[in-house]
Amino acid sequence: MDNLTTSKQVVKLSQVCKSFNVGKANEIEILHSINLELSRGEFCAVVGPSGSGKSTLLNIIGLLDRPTQGQLAINGEETTTLLDQELTRLRGQAIGFVFQHHHLLSAFTALENVMIPMMGAMGHGTPEITKKAMRLLASVDLLKYCNQASGSLSGGQQQRVAVARALAMNPALLLADEPTGNLDTKSADAVFDLLRRVSREEGTAVLFVTHNPEMATRCDKTIQVIDGRII
Amino acid sequence: MSPSKEMQSKGVAPWIPFEWLVAIRFLREGKVQTLFIIGGVAIGVGVIVFMSALLMGLQANIVKRVLTGQAHIQLLPPKEVSRVLPTNTAGQQDNIIQVPPQRAKSIDQWQSLVAQIQALPEIKVVSPTVSGSALVVRGAASRAISLVGVEPDSYFQIVPMADKLVKGSASITVNDILIGTELAIDLGLSIGDKLRVSSANGNSNIFVVSGIFDLGNKVANGRTTMMSIRSAQSLLGLVGHVTSLDMTLHDVYAAEIVAQQIAKQTGIQADSWIKTNEQFFTAVNAQKTANTAIRVFVGLSVAFGIASVLVVSVVQKSREIGILRAMGITRGQIMRIFLMQGGLLGFGGSLVGSLLGFSGLALWQQLQKNPDGSVMFAITLEPSLFLSALVLASMTGLLASYAPALRAAKLDPVVAIRG
Repeated sequence: MDNLTTSKQVVKLSQVCKSFNVGKANEIEILHSINLELSRGEFCAVVGPSGSGKSTLLNIIGLLDRPTQGQLAINGEETTTLLDQELTRLRGQAIGFVFQHHHLLSAFTALENVMIPMMGAMGHGTPEITKKAMRLLASVDLLKYCNQASGSLSGGQQQRVAVARALAMNPALLLADEPTGNLDTKSADAVFDLLRRVSREEGTAVLFVTHNPEMATRCDKTIQVIDGRII
Repeated sequence: MSPSKEMQSKGVAPWIPFEWLVAIRFLREGKVQTLFIIGGVAIGVGVIVFMSALLMGLQANIVKRVLTGQAHIQLLPPKEVSRVLPTNTAGQQDNIIQVPPQRAKSIDQWQSLVAQIQALPEIKVVSPTVSGSALVVRGAASRAISLVGVEPDSYFQIVPMADKLVKGSASITVNDILIGTELAIDLGLSIGDKLRVSSANGNSNIFVVSGIFDLGNKVANGRTTMMSIRSAQSLLGLVGHVTSLDMTLHDVYAAEIVAQQIAKQTGIQADSWIKTNEQFFTAVNAQKTANTAIRVFVGLSVAFGIASVLVVSVVQKSREIGILRAMGITRGQIMRIFLMQGGLLGFGGSLVGSLLGFSGLALWQQLQKNPDGSVMFAITLEPSLFLSALVLASMTGLLASYAPALRAAKLDPVVAIRG
């Protein structure tokens, strides 16, 4: 892989398969020979019916799960042979997650939630981390709520905090698993526009799972997952 | 609002390690659960602190009472034994062996023995004594007594007579004698009165009562008398000799081991207070064992309490654990978060428990008093007990949280996030 490709290509899946209950009578293959490439700044919608394997695909790309077969490279680094510790390091550095449910930690304020990935990597808080977290909250227009308990925010606000948190480590890749699924139209649009802006301004590659065809059409490209295959 | 202005008052203290911060927040979030387990640990630690201090005080009091009237180790001359005659051809003894009467005997080379024993690091004080039986006569009244000749400077460090005197002083010159309260009543004696003392070998002398003591035992107060070692030697016909060497140790519980060591080195019979008060010492040991058993079982219940709460907490927080893992938090960090929760629960519980225990002890000392209003026995609130309770409970918390922490660290993030 040449340097140019390495610098531009954020995700590369080659012949990736995923099976569950491997070696057992009820073994089942969920993903079949998936090939996918995603470059910096690319905003890609993932559509498909429930149970088609979208979440499994995102878990594998997000290094939360391992493929049964095939190869997966993140930022040009082959991951299938990495140890759990190395996967955790790469996940923390290169990948941000936004889930359908915001999954903020209720014991922390909005600001602290954004600080968590950075504090985890550093081992403790620093004034720089606080500063950056506040900038991120300001970028999602939530600075005035920074010291509010995350549970006291509205659904849309919580999802925007989750986006700010996902961007804390300047990830090359943002995985958004139906982030607008639980939001009203206005909040959903706000979150979508936010992700779109981040992708454009920061050059972050975004995989955006959605059931909303209108949103999918607004993405750079759309991949359709049906029965574990990209159509 | 500008981020820089906000920063001045908000954010997380930079000195708090990440794992500590998350552990404290998780505990704070589970308010009632945390309070209950801290309460449980506090009760356990409180019981341990209260019982340990009470039993230590009781034990120290009893041991003190036993040992203030006697030496920790007493070296005695060997008993006289009959020579065993050879057996006949049939393997039977031809003669009946009669046990010889034990006359007052001296310890050979006692001055060099005193120097040798005094050099041992375990020994605090060594004092030579001469003892024997005698008769005291005053007018028509007479009593059999036990006469003890002592060197006041050293012996009174072993038996603090000054504390036991009810009248007079503990100074003993050549013509002075100290007597017990019962003997004083029986013979109508008071300070400055004269008293004739006669020994079995016919020696006799007149002494002046310089002090009247109370040993806390009616029989001992009626029989025991003390005078200078030279006067006793002269009366008992043992000039220049001593019948025992009394000594005290720095560690009273090492008495038996040291006694055996001295007996081995010198070849002289050495009786420790542990041996001469065997039943009492067995009772003290039984009490110690019971106390340890109670501490172990309370400690176990504390450990299981913390472990069970953390197991529940891991289940409750599994989604958060999954999210943290997705954000790049390592398994080691997750494990430390839960270990710290265990340690903090143990530490917090022991802090409250120690206060509970000490408050209980203070209350007990207020309520439990002797009929004269004095405290039943002194309880020392040792800082070491407080410290060891803190350290042990924190360690117990850490150990108890190991299994839940491991479980949390091993959670599959995909399964955890799905919930």
